[in-house]
This record gives sequence, structure tokens and C-alpha cells, in this order.
Amino acid sequence: MKVVVDMNKCQDHGQCVFAAPDVFRLDENGRLGYVGDPDDALRDEVEEAADVCPLQAIRIED
Amino acid sequence: MSPRIVVAGASMAGLRAAEQLRAAGWTGTITLVGDEPHMPYNRPPLSKEVLAGRAPFTSLAFRPRTSVADVEWRLGTKVVASRLCERIVELDDASALSYDGLVVATGMRPRRIRCPGPLAGRHTVRTLADARGLRDELTRPGARLVVVGAGFIGCEVAATAVGLGVREVRVVDPLPLPMVGPLGELLGRALLKRHEERGVRFSLGTGVAGFKGEDRVTGVVLGDGTVLPADVVVESVGSLANTEWLDGNGLDLADGVRTDEHLRVGGRPDVVAVGDVARFPNARYDGVARRVEHWSIPTDTAKHAAKVLVAHLNGVEAEWEPFAPLPTFWSDQHDFRLQSFGAPALGADDVRVLDGDPAGDVLVGYHHDGRLVGVVALGGPAAGAAAARHRAELLKQPALTAQGSA
Repeated sequence: MKVVVDMNKCQDHGQCVFAAPDVFRLDENGRLGYVGDPDDALRDEVEEAADVCPLQAIRIED
Repeated sequence: MSPRIVVAGASMAGLRAAEQLRAAGWTGTITLVGDEPHMPYNRPPLSKEVLAGRAPFTSLAFRPRTSVADVEWRLGTKVVASRLCERIVELDDASALSYDGLVVATGMRPRRIRCPGPLAGRHTVRTLADARGLRDELTRPGARLVVVGAGFIGCEVAATAVGLGVREVRVVDPLPLPMVGPLGELLGRALLKRHEERGVRFSLGTGVAGFKGEDRVTGVVLGDGTVLPADVVVESVGSLANTEWLDGNGLDLADGVRTDEHLRVGGRPDVVAVGDVARFPNARYDGVARRVEHWSIPTDTAKHAAKVLVAHLNGVEAEWEPFAPLPTFWSDQHDFRLQSFGAPALGADDVRVLDGDPAGDVLVGYHHDGRLVGVVALGGPAAGAAAARHRAELLKQPALTAQGSA
């Protein structure tokens, strides 16, 4: 599974971190980092993260 | 004929419901009926990026999951009546749809101010068309804006208007502070100061008595007789539930549609409600049914309602934990953000600064019987991160009982 975050849209809300902590994280400055090719077993939580992103900046590419 | 679920309402809640019906194993037909001509789109940018001219529509449209590629969209069409006993909804094109399951997702519409005066020049902000129309008028040189209502939308519109260079921006509200309902006095005062420092003026503690002007609005008349000159007025005074189409079915429609703890409507296992039209008890709190207009609610309600509805329709016996979402909201205004987790309104009588200072980045805690029930951060990303650190604690708390103690 491939995950792409549109960093031009991202406003560091961090909702994705709550939904999929194995894939998304905020650094000490509150800025987003993520794993671009998470294991397929994490699909449910990545879909959840994409749903709850207020900017709808997360895209899942199969 | 394939069994069918009708989703009444094709905005975010309708889309999320359709996606979650598929995720819950519904393989039958799904028909979404929505009165706007657009596919579902994200509304928070309407009072901010869209108004500011920074976001085209294509950037707002949700990307539906591939699982809903086969659902039927009846856009530009409204559900106008229903006979739940017969499992039928009627549409405004005089057609009717029968259903096996029904999802109520018709949402809210802006409340309008019922005062004498012209209508032209007076705006609400709910739809893309609203935001575009407002932008056209705000970007005319020299425009003076009066915003009626100092809640989320009113404060956001005022902030965006200042950013657009609107000559005068004034906010009117009968309450003494902006957003005092959701935030309480401490943050209400901090918010007021920040807006004033950035050029927004306020007329607080006074309501609107009428509007001046012949063909279009030229001024707003306050309760004390003061007239505020205005070329553009925004009415952000709350919203009304779109439930008229459910009249005549013996439902509790006092404020939205009343549901049980599983979002079912009227004791009918084949009807659920999702999004901000649903008035549901939150098992995390006091069991009082409330509507919640936060952005996260369509997704939260859709997940729970869809699995309950699909299990019923598929004949699966299941026990569910009662619906108990952790509320969260945010609001971007000027160069700062408000970020909330939990239920600050339930702890409004015991408000403490947990971190920082109201003049800068601040984190505020709201307590009920000495227990933290909500946090709100005001400021930059560091304040939001501080609020997020309390989220796990709020999630772990046992439910508040109806008496208010655990």
C-alpha cells in the first residue's frame, strides 16, 4: 500500500496520528511525518486516518 | 430486485454512511439523494480558504472510496416526505423510492434573522454557492461587513474578511464574549482581544432589531437603536435541522432527529441517523441526547450507524457498545487555531489554565466534579500538540453518570 500526503494541504492537525500511529507522527515542532509504504495489515487504520484528515490531504494508492 | 438502502442527504455524512455501509458488508443497492448539485465536499474551508479565494472547488471535493463506485447519486434532488411504516421516501421530482434501510443524513440549514428589512446583501455560509456569493460582495472595494453572531462561523468569517482587506469588519452578538458558549469566559476574553488586535470590532451584549435599506441592506439596527453602516451582512446565528420530510411519522423532531444509543430512529431498526441532524445520547457523558455540529461527527456516526443497520438488514444478531465518540473541534482564525478535545461545555464552571498564558499559546482544561472533561488550546501548533497530549487521558475516563459523578 502506498500513502501520499499532500503537504501543501496538510495543516498539522494530527488527527491521522490518533487514527494510525504506526504510520503518521508529529515531530517535536508539531510537523507531520509519515511512512510512505506501510504494511497492508495497516490498511484499516490508514483508511481511518484518511477519513479524519480535516484537509482531506491523505491519499491511499493501491 | 436488489435490496436497497436509501441515504437521504448527499453531503459528508451521506458519503461516509455509504462508505461505511459497504465496509460493514452491505452488498445491495445504495441510493443517495441530495439537494445540492455537487458531489459531497468539505465545508470547513468555505468560511476560510474559499472565502479568501485560495481554494478551488476541486480541492474541496471528497474522494469517495472505490467501494462506493457503484452507488446511485440522485443530486439536485430533495427528499420531501416519508412514510416509514411503508418504507417509502418521496422526492421533489414527484418520484418515490422504497427502501429496506434508511439513513437520515439531511443535515442542517442556517437559521435566518427574522427582522424587518431588505434581504439583498444578507448572507449565510453553509454551501459552496453561499461562500462564492459572499466572496463576490466582500471583494468589492470599500465594503463594510457586519457579522451577526460571534460563534465559529462568525469569528472565522470576520477573520477571513480582515485578511481580505475588507475596510470595516464588525461582529455583533447578544452574548458578552465571542464563542463564549463552547469556550467559556477565559478563552472568550482571550479570543476577543486577539480579534480586536487584528482589526475586528465588536458590538457585544446587544441583539439585532432590524435592517436598514430599500433594495438592499445599508445598515444593521441594534437593540439599543444604534445603526451600524453595512454593505454586507453575514448571519451566523445557528442552524435548523432539515427534518420536515420526516414529519407525520410520530418521531421526536424537536431539534434534529432523536436517536437511541445506536443512532436508530423512532424504535425502528431499519432507520438510522448520522451527521449533525442526529440528536444522540453520548455514552461517554451524561446520556442527554444532543446534536453535535463538529466536523468529526459525520464520520463517527456513520461508522456506528452503518454496522448496526447492516447487521439488522443481514439478519445478524449482535451486541454493540453504545455510541460514545470523543468530541473534537477546531477553528482557524487569523494566524491562530482553537483545538478542542472532550466536552468543555460540560466543565464550564471549573476552568483552569493547564499550560501557557492567555496572552500567548495557552491550554485550558474544563473540569466536572474536579475531573478533566475537556481541553481547548488557543495559539500555534505547540498549543495544539499540548491539547493532543491530554486526549488519551480524556479517552480513558469512565463515563459521567446522569447525576454528574463517576
